[in-house]
Amino acid sequence: MKNKIKNLSDTNLLLMITIVIFFIMYLGAMLILGSGFLKPQTFFNILNANAALLITSCGMSLVMITGGIDISVGGVVALVSMSCAVYLDYHDGNIAMSIILALLIGLAFGAVQGFLVAYLDIQPFIVTLAGMFFARGMTTIVNTNPFNVANEAFVALKNVRINVPGLGSVNKLGEYVSAYVEIGVIVALLIVLILFFILRWTKLGRSFYAVGGNRQSALMLGINVKRTKFIAHLICGLLAGIGGYVYFLHVGSGSASHASGMEMNAIASSIIGGTLLTGGVGNIIGTFFGVLSLNTIQNIVSSVGLDEAWWTGITIAAMLCLFLVIQSIVLARKKST
Amino acid sequence: MGKNKNKTGSFMGIFRNQIFIPLAALLILALFNFIMDPSFFKITFGYNSVGNPVLSGYLITILDYGSELAILAIGMTLVTAASGGQDISVGAAIAIAGSVMLRVLCGTNSRPETLQAPIIVAFLVGCIVAMLFGAFNGILVAYFRVQPMVATLILYTAGRSIAAWINNNELPIISEPSFGYFGGFIPGVPIPTPFFIAVGCMIVTFLVLKFTTLGLYTQAVGINESSSRLNGLNPTFIKFFSFVLLGLCVAVAGLIKVSRLSTINYSVIAKDIEMDAILAVALGGNALSGGKFNMASSILGAYVIQFLTTTLYKFNVQSDALPAYKAVVVIVLVVMSAPAVREKLSSFMNKMKTKKSGAKEVSM
Repeated sequence: MKNKIKNLSDTNLLLMITIVIFFIMYLGAMLILGSGFLKPQTFFNILNANAALLITSCGMSLVMITGGIDISVGGVVALVSMSCAVYLDYHDGNIAMSIILALLIGLAFGAVQGFLVAYLDIQPFIVTLAGMFFARGMTTIVNTNPFNVANEAFVALKNVRINVPGLGSVNKLGEYVSAYVEIGVIVALLIVLILFFILRWTKLGRSFYAVGGNRQSALMLGINVKRTKFIAHLICGLLAGIGGYVYFLHVGSGSASHASGMEMNAIASSIIGGTLLTGGVGNIIGTFFGVLSLNTIQNIVSSVGLDEAWWTGITIAAMLCLFLVIQSIVLARKKST
Repeated sequence: MGKNKNKTGSFMGIFRNQIFIPLAALLILALFNFIMDPSFFKITFGYNSVGNPVLSGYLITILDYGSELAILAIGMTLVTAASGGQDISVGAAIAIAGSVMLRVLCGTNSRPETLQAPIIVAFLVGCIVAMLFGAFNGILVAYFRVQPMVATLILYTAGRSIAAWINNNELPIISEPSFGYFGGFIPGVPIPTPFFIAVGCMIVTFLVLKFTTLGLYTQAVGINESSSRLNGLNPTFIKFFSFVLLGLCVAVAGLIKVSRLSTINYSVIAKDIEMDAILAVALGGNALSGGKFNMASSILGAYVIQFLTTTLYKFNVQSDALPAYKAVVVIVLVVMSAPAVREKLSSFMNKMKTKKSGAKEVSM
């Protein structure tokens, strides 16, 4: 048994830890807390509420695999939802253009930050910290007051529910209600699958790992390190744009305080999902479970009765701290063997 | 020709001196304000609502509100130099320290008639708590080798929640006027007290750097960790210690912050101050990747940042929009100081020089 664990690669070991912890947590919640957690809809609600987080976390994992970090995603999400809201409501825009606007904002952030990080060799944290403050400030400049979008086409799109066949529960009136997901969840799952495919089977995906694992040897393998880093940031920016739109679709309003702390949740999800901060190790499936674990524990905390606002922050921080320490120990053990 | 060369040499010398960067920024800002509206520099003498003689004006505001930032910049410079990363939890840590001080002063009653403990006791407890949180960051960074910014991200998220939790989410208000002295004016002294506190901190820092090996060791660890270990230093402890010292600075800044209002607002107090503190270090010309540092330059940088903030406020920029402008300044600064850009610039300068001299030779 011990040998088996030792033979696992870092990626798989950390992934295993995450998946096991998630299932223990969810099953525990089902057994001990019962009621709410037994309904399939509770699980799908976690997905519905966190589709945007899942998308941004995927981008974050990608950047972290190359050894960087991007803390501007929360700001970009807020900026995207505010810009789209203003465009749809005040300028009577159509849906297609608003989606393009969201993608362009994301790409612009990704491109500028990627250029500064990859080609000018500036610390990613400083660049994206500035990006975060810039995005938050710009959100206020675009529009100060939060407001709900009343655009008809948008509201219709927002209310689309996709029933999940075979899963449902009987409500208090005795009627059978099918479980549903929102459009954002479909988008998020598609992105997870695409990224999983890219990371595992394409040349680009493998070069992300190579650059994050050891920059020098990646260079010697003939990988264009700078371009790879740039692409990672570009994709992360693009995903932040998509995530922003999905977030916007979920909440249906624009506000400068939207998605506050999302960068933190995205980083936490990636780390819990087994992505190493030092780069070179990580898995999108892990990130998926990271997002689920993070929100399951939040649900557990609030259903136990500790639903004051501060407990959320404290639990996330505690969980992040725990996984950072686990990573540090795993790394130290690897080095010593 | 030779004379000319000498001139450019000394000229470049000023350029190379670190303190040139914040000084130049200060001059540009001052000039800008002078052209736009000379009344920016007016200082008036008057009496405040309590009847104390006070000086007022934009410059006094800068000295006043720049003080917390200068104090934080001292600690942030040390952390930057030792660990090559920055602490982004200082704002949240100020909220915690302030909350603890108010808790000690108020006891369980959130609107006390009299103080439940002497201010000095509250301050000391605040210091200890802030240093403990600094130690928490330090342990993660130094012993578990987590990148500083990610390690401090934990406290950045949880800090304000913890601060609210300490006081059960109540907002204690202190009616005792003497508590307000630290963030306002001492009766009879027309200069704001935070400035004196900041000067006190600067003097202590200066003496410590002058008479102990702290500065030298910190720089050694920042420049090359493994070689400083080979020379008998303990890099892990020095990194850890720099975070604890930053905790102390946070407590002092926290005292000023809560004293200004005699109360606390957990989600707003010291908001975005981490950005300003990092900016002060960067503007001071210190490498954000660690190593050598210049304390005076950082402190001057802090006041320049406050100068910028005050200028933006004067031109009616909304406080929520401020970060956007500052972010642009940060990006310009880091791009200018990026090695890749510097190399390009210097090679470009060299090209220009050789072109000029080549042209001269041809003409001769």
